[in-house]
Amino acid sequence: MTTSPSAIPADQPAQPAASDRPPVVAMTGITVTFPGVKALDGVDLRLFPGEVHALMGENGAGKSTLIKALTGVYSIDAGTIVVDGTERTFTGPAQAQLAGISTVYQEVNLCDNLSVAENVMLGHEVRRAGLVDFRATRRAAREHLKALNLDIDPASTLSSHSLAVQQLVAICRAMVVDARVVILDEPTSSLDVDEVERLFAVVRDLRSRGVAILFVSHFLEQVYAISDRMTVLRNGTLVGEYRTADLPRVELVQKMIGRSLEVLEQLEEAPKRVVAERGDVQPYVQAIGLGRKGSIEPFDLDVYPGEVVGLAGLLGSGRTELARLLYGADRSDVGELRVDGQPTKLRTPRSALARRIVYSSESRKTEGIIGDLTVRENIVLGLQAERGWLRRIPQRKADEVVAQYVEQLGIRPANPDAIAGNLSGGNQQKVLLARWLATQPKLLLLDEPTRGIDVGAKAEIQRLVAELAEQGMAVVFISAELEEVLRLSHRIAVLRDRRKIGELTNGDDVTTDDVVDLIASGGQDA
Amino acid sequence: MATDQLTPTRPAGTATAQKTPRWRLDARYQPVLGTVVVLAVMLAVGGSRYENFLTGRVMANILINNSFLVVLAVGMTFVILTGGIDLSVGAVVALSGCISAWMFTHGWSAGITIPVCVLVGTLIGLIVGVMVHVFEIQPFIATLAAMFLARGLCYLVAPESIPITDPTIVKLSQTRWGTDDGLVITPSGVIALAVVAVAFVVLHYTRFGRTVYAIGGSEQSARLMGLPVARTKVLVYVISGTCAGLGGLLFAIFSRSGYSLTGVGMELDAIAAVVIGGTLLTGGSGFVLGSVLGVVVLGLIQTIITFQGTLSSWWTKIVIGALLLVFVVLQRLLVLRRR
Ligand SMILES: Nc1ncnc2c1ncn2[C@@H]1O[C@H](COP(=O)(O)OP(=O)(O)OP(=O)(O)O)[C@@H](O)[C@H]1O
Ligand SMILES: [Mg+2]
Repeated sequence: MTTSPSAIPADQPAQPAASDRPPVVAMTGITVTFPGVKALDGVDLRLFPGEVHALMGENGAGKSTLIKALTGVYSIDAGTIVVDGTERTFTGPAQAQLAGISTVYQEVNLCDNLSVAENVMLGHEVRRAGLVDFRATRRAAREHLKALNLDIDPASTLSSHSLAVQQLVAICRAMVVDARVVILDEPTSSLDVDEVERLFAVVRDLRSRGVAILFVSHFLEQVYAISDRMTVLRNGTLVGEYRTADLPRVELVQKMIGRSLEVLEQLEEAPKRVVAERGDVQPYVQAIGLGRKGSIEPFDLDVYPGEVVGLAGLLGSGRTELARLLYGADRSDVGELRVDGQPTKLRTPRSALARRIVYSSESRKTEGIIGDLTVRENIVLGLQAERGWLRRIPQRKADEVVAQYVEQLGIRPANPDAIAGNLSGGNQQKVLLARWLATQPKLLLLDEPTRGIDVGAKAEIQRLVAELAEQGMAVVFISAELEEVLRLSHRIAVLRDRRKIGELTNGDDVTTDDVVDLIASGGQDA
Repeated sequence: MATDQLTPTRPAGTATAQKTPRWRLDARYQPVLGTVVVLAVMLAVGGSRYENFLTGRVMANILINNSFLVVLAVGMTFVILTGGIDLSVGAVVALSGCISAWMFTHGWSAGITIPVCVLVGTLIGLIVGVMVHVFEIQPFIATLAAMFLARGLCYLVAPESIPITDPTIVKLSQTRWGTDDGLVITPSGVIALAVVAVAFVVLHYTRFGRTVYAIGGSEQSARLMGLPVARTKVLVYVISGTCAGLGGLLFAIFSRSGYSLTGVGMELDAIAAVVIGGTLLTGGSGFVLGSVLGVVVLGLIQTIITFQGTLSSWWTKIVIGALLLVFVVLQRLLVLRRR
């Protein structure tokens, strides 16, 4: 990188007169229909060189579809796509890439059987005399990884890394080619503040070099920090294109959800953190010196019924690893776990399920949603697993449960027979959540439950979690978003370097800074 | 503990991977390691029980007698790596053999017959590839259809066994290079080894080869990454077909005849060799050299049973079946553990 990226102010385009120049990409009147759904209806989008353009909208508004229409993954039913002044119809991502459009699609789309280096460089390997030079390729990959501060071994297999790292690797991949248009569909959904900062530094550098960037995120702060221009979609239709500076946050949200603001404010109201009357109630789950070598150091943790325990920590601090020990995905090698006062060995997630402990995974694509099944089948799956496969759930009961959660979580389309794989990313997340909520567990482990979920639905989910806790469920809540952890948790366990370094009892006077300080100090003076 | 390099604003290397212990073999090599172990055990057992087992002659014969299978297994490796399967290769072997025998009896020269036989395989592979990719037919079904087609064509060309007397073929089948103590190699063996070498380079050192692995990992991801998925998927079947055509030629050299019933079930031997050689049936993981080891394992089983003398040759199938089961279960466990 030649320029110092941080030198450029966050919300000013490098080229103030960017919009005077013709757009690199101009999509007009784009219509995309799927059997039974009109995903996009006459949508326009313009991308200017040297500008960051945010594509905004609720879950299922059509953002990812618009991106895929541009790069030729989906064919369009109407409309025109003009790239660099000539009308184009790409037959697939390969062609779009050749035309200088580099895309990071929503969800991590990499090959986890290959090494990190290969994933970054696939199709762009360094070759000598026609043959791949692995050493040089790895070196090149390492350079690209370094630009995002990713200090991982390029020769390691992709599957050995966390979702967040994989997401960063996917972003690196997009930077390998000298693209004129870079599209990032929810690139920050698994990232921490620092990684986001790092990514933005790279994005600003690209912008200063005249690259057009399309950015999708449900984090409004991020959108306002990085974008110059916005296009807002609602229900597959275009609401409008605005300069970020001209559109205050409240108005943006209003345009996105199409509801009056009070509704949202009501939702965003902090859920009540009523600490349950403990009395002589014993913790539902009690970890005593529980640990696993190479995964997480021995820790103590009590989770009481009616309590939300948040896990805070940076990427790779061991949040997911801790949760995995609590529901038997990994076996502990030291310490003791007590469930309901009984010493228990959880060997598999199944045995955890039998003790009413469930885990909603952060990687919904590989461990969660079964794309070929319907929304109904996906939701009922958890209930069915709990009952045992031989005892069928009565149709009426299944319908009731499904209808309840589709309504409560706002799953769109609200059709239980829709194929889950066709849902938008955020809606798939809601389905996954519904599956585990439906089992009415005693301990609910939520790993990034609001990943990729829009503002309105996020507040709805937070409220639901608070409500469940109030009714006596024990909840462990993992999120990279500290604000969210703080808003929901009664107690916060702080992790760092795969070690639990402390615990905070939440209260109105506790702020994110307290947690950050605790992480920074490593728990020594806490 | 290296905790103090962290600051709240810029935590260095927070995104680093969990360190895997040094001594652990790269997960990708684990299945092949299993093959090597099986091979070593078989050699040890054979060597200790039978005299003259661990000799150059025995080992050379395994390669010579199975050179066609090596070629088939190499082609099959490409297909299985993408997550597909090719059931047509046994029938294509027969077809290629029949066509060569027919052409020789009708006076065609070896210079024309040999390329035609190989190209017949290529053509069938191309048809399969187009069916699989363009019409999105399951590889299992598409290659099953190709298998019936090729087998049927065999009867059209050569209803009965046709001996091959062409001087070139006779010469190829009789030539032996090597030392007096039995460490010899035939032209077929050389061809098989050359195919292995070329396949190794193509699979590991070309973009095409890397795309094969990527498709096996996730076809959807490969497509979104902008890799040439369509071309690659068609090409792997073309390669497998071509290998089958060449394999048919090698088998014709080996048997000096063309017969419509040759190679029945040979596709299953090839698949067994690939799986025993450590390639995952789900695709994305495996090596050509592993498949060669797989063929050697199959050959060794046969040899041991011959040496034993008292066992019926059906024991070969039983042992292969058992071994296959063990390997498939092992693969499953490896995949599960990696999650
Ligand atoms: N392949 C498909 N088949 C059928 N319907 C689809 C398909 N892909 C998307 N849809 C539908 O199109 C609509 C738009 O989905 P899209 O993925 O573009 O939403 P999105 O704005 O990206 O949402 P999110 O924020 O959740 O990612 C949704 O209603 C979805 O169900
Ligand atoms: Mg999306």
